[in-house]
Amino acid sequence: MDVLIASGIRLATPLTLAAIGGLFSERSGIVNIALEGLMLFGAFVAATAAYYSGNPWFGVLMAAVAGGAIAHIHGLVCIKFKGDHIVSGIAINILALGAPPFLALALFGTTGSTPEIGRSLRTWNVAWLDSLLGAYSPLVYLSWVAVPLAYLLVYRTRFGLRLRACGENPWAAETAGVNVAAVRYIAVLLSGVFAGLGGAFLSIGYGTSFVRNMTAGRGFLALAALIFGKWTPGGALLACLLFGFADAFQMRLQGVGQIPPQFVQMLPYVLSMLVLVGAVGRARPPAALGRAYDREQSSAGG
Amino acid sequence: MKLRVVLIPIAGIAIGLGLGGLIVKAVGESPVETWKLLFTSSFGSLTGICHTLFNATPLIFTGLAVAVAFRGGLFNIGAEGQLILAAFVAAWAGSRLSFLPGLFLIPVCILLAAVAGGVWGAIPGALKVRFGVHEVINTIMMNFIAIGIVNYLVTGPFLAPGDQIPETVPISPAAHLPRAARLLAPFGVELPSSLPLNASFLIAVAACVVLYLFLFRTKWGFELRAVGLNPEAARAAGINVAKNVVLAMALSGALAGMVAVNEVMGYRYRYYDGFSPGYGFLGIAVALLGRNHPFGVLCTAILFGALVHGGLTVDMLTERVSRDIVYIVQGITIVAVAGAAVLGRKRITMRARETDAPL
Repeated sequence: MDVLIASGIRLATPLTLAAIGGLFSERSGIVNIALEGLMLFGAFVAATAAYYSGNPWFGVLMAAVAGGAIAHIHGLVCIKFKGDHIVSGIAINILALGAPPFLALALFGTTGSTPEIGRSLRTWNVAWLDSLLGAYSPLVYLSWVAVPLAYLLVYRTRFGLRLRACGENPWAAETAGVNVAAVRYIAVLLSGVFAGLGGAFLSIGYGTSFVRNMTAGRGFLALAALIFGKWTPGGALLACLLFGFADAFQMRLQGVGQIPPQFVQMLPYVLSMLVLVGAVGRARPPAALGRAYDREQSSAGG
Repeated sequence: MKLRVVLIPIAGIAIGLGLGGLIVKAVGESPVETWKLLFTSSFGSLTGICHTLFNATPLIFTGLAVAVAFRGGLFNIGAEGQLILAAFVAAWAGSRLSFLPGLFLIPVCILLAAVAGGVWGAIPGALKVRFGVHEVINTIMMNFIAIGIVNYLVTGPFLAPGDQIPETVPISPAAHLPRAARLLAPFGVELPSSLPLNASFLIAVAACVVLYLFLFRTKWGFELRAVGLNPEAARAAGINVAKNVVLAMALSGALAGMVAVNEVMGYRYRYYDGFSPGYGFLGIAVALLGRNHPFGVLCTAILFGALVHGGLTVDMLTERVSRDIVYIVQGITIVAVAGAAVLGRKRITMRARETDAPL
């Protein structure tokens, strides 16, 4: 049972980090289906940076930076060039399919994986911290801390109010003096940072290397969790834990249970659809999510 | 205006190849030599062209699928799930309905594949109409649900007996579509029969023509486009918006499902788990670059098919460049085109008109 809980928590961690990232972006009005690609970049950069520096913490840092950098492109396209959010997100996902393995070949001569690093971030690698909190990777604790932090930031600060305003009615926000473009851009950067951290956990938070396409749809799963959690930090965390435990449980049952593993794996997606339809409580996305915002236009209608 | 429509994708591709070339240079290979190798292998020989066209076939179908949905004002990201479901259905029909003679079996399999994709596409369409849920997130979810269902079926009840890898039993030979070798032999062209290019390419081209006629020369196609451009005005003009939304998604799903025809009936002759390298998502890129026009889709799909084949060649024959460079070029191209809105002062938007939030 202990192992089950620990397993569930570990499976939930990358989802939670990515979902929190998605929360920032979506709440500001920028659709971010690039969580998958951002996680993949983060995972790759974490493993590579940790390998070259010998320090997994550095890997984590670089993963956050990389996530932010790639998200910067998304922000540029969506905000500055007013491009389509979905298309930009898909482009990043496609880039993420190609860039990490390509670089892996160039740097390491492999077909897509990075060499194993000496120390993973499974524990803190610091003696006194390990004795206190050694049960889980620092990234796990980070994911837990990120949730109340996100809550505070989004609901209890002026920045958070502006963020939410940009997501609901950017025209009104602009009139009230909010620099919508700047707020959205920061939100998108944050989403990249967190998604990158989520990816870092995948490659070096438990294991010791990056493997081609190792996210395997987790970015989309995080998106589903965000929706199922109704675009709130607490909801997203609960959804991620639910999905994580379901996955851990399903792995336990393999060979023993009646329920095919695929059905458990499908469950998060079915649940999200039900939530959107209203069967499990209505989830309303931010009103201006994905809509074009042009400062020159006077109002929503153009 | 007409020239600019084509100019932007071409510029995007040029940027993609340009920046991709810089990356190639950064790893120590010559961009000029690499691109030359890539394109001569895809277009420089008959076998190369055959490979290119074979690779293009599924992209034509998913590109058309996404394009027709966009014309109706909808974003179909679910082509992946639709084509997987359709492929399984086609494999099932090809083996279980083998009592039918080939003359009937082939159209029946094609029809069932289209229906399977169409139903899977219509569901998010209906959910949008009934509950107002945006199709972007629904189609993404349905992708995973379809993958899960089919994966279960292929590794469970429909796993080929005694087989180690997740695939179904082969379909009946009566359901096989002829390959290029057999089609071109009467013309005196000698091709190895292992070349996977098959008759479904011709079906894909026909689909382009039919879709063009449908969209731009029929009343129904006009209604669909009207709904995509301005649903309120369309409704005021008496067009049934709800019906057209569902129909557009169904048509889109059916087109995506036609990938099954190439994969199952023309190439592997069975359902092979994991056969799709993301045709559904690449279809979005194809539709974008093809400006949601059937002939644009055709050209872009062929280009992408060339990139894939050329990419394999480059992977094999160079030391530092792997086939993943193709994804990099495609990604950069899409970013460039998506961001090109600021140039023409006209949004390169996938939706004909912004009406509601995606997620």
